Amino acid sequence: MAPVRGDGMRGLAVFISDIRNCKSKEAEIKRINKELANIRSKFRGDKTLDGYQKKKYVCKLLFIFLLGHDIDFGHMEAVNLLSSNKYSEKQIGYLFISVLVNTNSDLIKLIIQSIKNDLQSRNPIHVNLALQCIANIGSRDMAESFSNEIPKLLVSGDTMDVVKQSAALCLLRLFRTCPEIIPGGEWTSRIIHLLNDQHMGVVTAATSLIDALVKKNPDEYKGCVSLAVSRLSRIVTASYTDLQDYTYYFVPAPWLSVKLLRLLQNYNPPTEDPGVRGRLNECLETILNKAQEPPKSKKVQHSNAKNAVLFEAINLIIHNDSEANLLVRACNQLGQFLSNRETNLRYLALESMCHLATSEFSHEAVKKHQEVVILSMKMEKDVSVRQQAVDLLYAMCDRSNAEEIVQEMLNYLETADYSIREEMVLKVAILAEKYATDFTWYVDVILNLIRIAGDYVSEEVWYRVIQIVINREEVQGYAAKTVFEALQAPACHENMVKVGGYILGEFGNLIAGDSRSAPMVQFKLLHSKYHLCSSMTRALLLSTYIKFINLFPEIRTTIQDVFRQHSNLRSADAELQQRASEYLQLSIVASADVLATVLEEMPSFPERESSILAVLKKKKPGRVPENAEIRDSKSPVPNQNNTQVNHTSANNSNATSDLLGLSTPPALQSQQGTLIDVLSDIYSTTNGTSGSINNAKKFVFKNNGVLFENDLIQIGVKSEFKQNLGRLGLYYGNKTQTSLQNFTPVLQWPAEESTKLIVQIKPVEPTLEAGAQIQQLITAECVDSYRDTPSLQVSFRVGGGQIQKFTIKLPLTVNKFFEPTEMNGESFFARWKNLGGEQQRAQRVFKAQQPLDLAGARNKLTGFGMQLLDGIDPNPDNMVCAGIIHTQLHQVGCLLRLEPNKQAFMFRLTIRSSKETVTSEICELLADQF
Amino acid sequence: MMQFMLLFSRQGKLRLQKWYVAHPDKTKKKITRELITTILSRKPKMCSFLEWKDCKIVYKRYASLYFCCAIEQNDNELLTLEIIHRYVELLDKYFGSVCELDIIFNFEKAYFILDELLVGGEIQETSKKNVLKAIAAQDVLQEDETPQGFFEDHGLG
Repeated sequence: MAPVRGDGMRGLAVFISDIRNCKSKEAEIKRINKELANIRSKFRGDKTLDGYQKKKYVCKLLFIFLLGHDIDFGHMEAVNLLSSNKYSEKQIGYLFISVLVNTNSDLIKLIIQSIKNDLQSRNPIHVNLALQCIANIGSRDMAESFSNEIPKLLVSGDTMDVVKQSAALCLLRLFRTCPEIIPGGEWTSRIIHLLNDQHMGVVTAATSLIDALVKKNPDEYKGCVSLAVSRLSRIVTASYTDLQDYTYYFVPAPWLSVKLLRLLQNYNPPTEDPGVRGRLNECLETILNKAQEPPKSKKVQHSNAKNAVLFEAINLIIHNDSEANLLVRACNQLGQFLSNRETNLRYLALESMCHLATSEFSHEAVKKHQEVVILSMKMEKDVSVRQQAVDLLYAMCDRSNAEEIVQEMLNYLETADYSIREEMVLKVAILAEKYATDFTWYVDVILNLIRIAGDYVSEEVWYRVIQIVINREEVQGYAAKTVFEALQAPACHENMVKVGGYILGEFGNLIAGDSRSAPMVQFKLLHSKYHLCSSMTRALLLSTYIKFINLFPEIRTTIQDVFRQHSNLRSADAELQQRASEYLQLSIVASADVLATVLEEMPSFPERESSILAVLKKKKPGRVPENAEIRDSKSPVPNQNNTQVNHTSANNSNATSDLLGLSTPPALQSQQGTLIDVLSDIYSTTNGTSGSINNAKKFVFKNNGVLFENDLIQIGVKSEFKQNLGRLGLYYGNKTQTSLQNFTPVLQWPAEESTKLIVQIKPVEPTLEAGAQIQQLITAECVDSYRDTPSLQVSFRVGGGQIQKFTIKLPLTVNKFFEPTEMNGESFFARWKNLGGEQQRAQRVFKAQQPLDLAGARNKLTGFGMQLLDGIDPNPDNMVCAGIIHTQLHQVGCLLRLEPNKQAFMFRLTIRSSKETVTSEICELLADQF
Repeated sequence: MMQFMLLFSRQGKLRLQKWYVAHPDKTKKKITRELITTILSRKPKMCSFLEWKDCKIVYKRYASLYFCCAIEQNDNELLTLEIIHRYVELLDKYFGSVCELDIIFNFEKAYFILDELLVGGEIQETSKKNVLKAIAAQDVLQEDETPQGFFEDHGLG
């Protein structure tokens, strides 16, 4: 080990050696604890430590921290070191502060004061130390304290170059925390003109700053374009000796070149000025030309630096997307890299080509390399390179090469790495759908996918194939035949059983003429898989069986026997039990006509974008895979019209979830009254998307539907309640073409109420991709009766824009915990009289909505959760209800009477309950709602 | 902009960490653990870049030490490799044929050198000569000092 200049700290070196000599983790911890105790006592002792000692101990603490241990003292001593007049002590103080940033408010003031002093220093080394510390911490406090000094340091003529460099990057760091810090006006041009500075280091640092400023305010900084182009031009035409130490392994100023090329990618087109544009194109051509020259050195540093500039130039060419000649040249250059022996270059070339494939000018040129790319996918040793090859194949796919590319991807899938299989499956599914000219091909591809990589085929993929088969008559017979054949395999994937079950249930009749696939054969084939499947698949198969009874009456008794089987009729799985018994009854009770109507062929699905695309985007948040044509077709706006009447799944109104309604029980639980409401509501509220729609009030009467909607987002809700417990699923659908960032729903529920209704909310991911939908689960437990309902404040940012914020009321009003109660007139009136106390009654008289709708009112009351009791009130127009609210502490009985006055268009509402809060809250919830 | 730089040994011991974006300590430890495992499991001829969360990881091994940087999507991978190389050159020049032990025993120097090369996650000075000049100037300031405790430590006090 070489001796280090400056003063070594012997105590520190001894300590580090001790730690290194520790044989076990325990020994190390013991040694560290001993040292911590020692330092603590030194710091506590009255004997004042001199600067060197302090520095040494602070440095030891730092070392201990970097080993991964927590440090909770020593900050004060470190801050003391900042004001030491010895540089080495000051430096260690700054290092400690930078690494163990502590926003302890007492200290931060002292730190800022020390930094202020050092910024005033005449010694540039001290000034830089202070600037580096500001940049390391970069907090808002720092930004506010130094917003004057640092810009001045940056542009002042007296500032030394080294200080300017630090000041530029320090300002950039603070700008990222606090964008207001940059002064506008005359400062703009002074900052831009740093691009002309003589010192290359200053220009390099300033370019990073300007790049960030341009992103925020492109128009104000537009002047930087021509300066950047001239600077770039001077660099690319320089010989490697011109720039002295800024030449890196024979490449002139690679860092600055790359930064300038990046800066120019902020504008499109970079400039209107034909002169500047010409000069820029010359630069880009020169860079491409240089790539063809023999290397000036065999060192990898030379080729890396040179190619770094080349790749950035290609990025700019792709960004401008206007010079066909440059695009094609870039493509050829990258093509050469595809067979380079450096893995890094092959990786980057594949990645860069993905972007070229999306340009109309170079798409064809990229396609020339198809064979090499396929080879890369198969032969590369490194999975990340193979992944890039897959991405590129996806991007370069079009109608002309789709069959070949899809076939190659399918072949490769059999041996592909597990880590990339799921994504490949999605890509194959998207390409096959997009470029299918013949849908029998599409069906084959998807069934092959399931066969080869069944475990990686997500729901969206097999939902989609069913949608497409249902919508395209010409392929239905073929699909039935193909799935029938596929199911013959002794071991076939459960997803295949699902698709097979669904398709044969709908279209099995199309192949029933052939004795080899006669009805009984089809049924036996499917049923042979039944016992190996999960209950969800079994449920699907039961639906297939009832459809078979309709299609093939001749096998009805066999199927009825299956429904009757103990394992179905008395299945522990409620869903199976329900299906088996309902389907059995249906097959017994219903006439052939009724059966045929109930089990009519599925109606066509509305044509829409594939939801698979959204899944793919969600999988790859940073890097949305692109295919020129697929990207261009607008991404899906959540589609609301997919309510399947057959399956009564009125709950999800988004393309990404539950397309076939398979996970919803076939019959809704005792909500017939509200079902109509839900459906009508989905249709009526989603037609108008302008402005925002907040449906909270309606949710007093129902549990499912669209809670909120505006141009950006749709929030659907699906909820269920049992006794005093409730579960609420919120579905956030992004309606825009960009992702929603910082997506945060925050629960608002006053403390005094939150002990009565305990609400728990699952966190959601902060990013909601374009067209995607996410679900959030909320659980509620009613402990005692409460007022009002919790709210949710939803905030997010669209793209880079303004924060959007709104508040919605959650449908968790106290009536959700109602259990309807049947009773006869006698007991009703007995209870009614019992609840006559002052605090047990509440009454309201309010105006009726036009037109006065008594049937509607009855539906609403049922949806409200109470039992509507007929024949109790002598006046048939009057409505009386009874119900019990379940809370953990007690059950609250509640009675209601609603009397319409048809002449006066008025309602009188009377509530009686055993608890005052309930009485008034129920009255509040219902007033003015009829 | 660079998000962070980590130096760790072949045995997976972290030798230096520099964070240019703020994370809680817990997150830092988690990220570090995850990356060290990922990178150590990669084979020598593999590509030096990998996609990781929403950033790109660029790493390179020098003798027993791995240098690993996280950069943003639109940063230049190849040039990041050369930032690493420049840093290694600087360490090498300063310590004179640097080895892992130099960085363990003089971690503070390793930080000081890095602070001259990169500020706020962006390259500040690419010239080797200029960085070394700045470090030398710091050392000169140090050598002017003769602290009392220094003598005590060496048994002279």
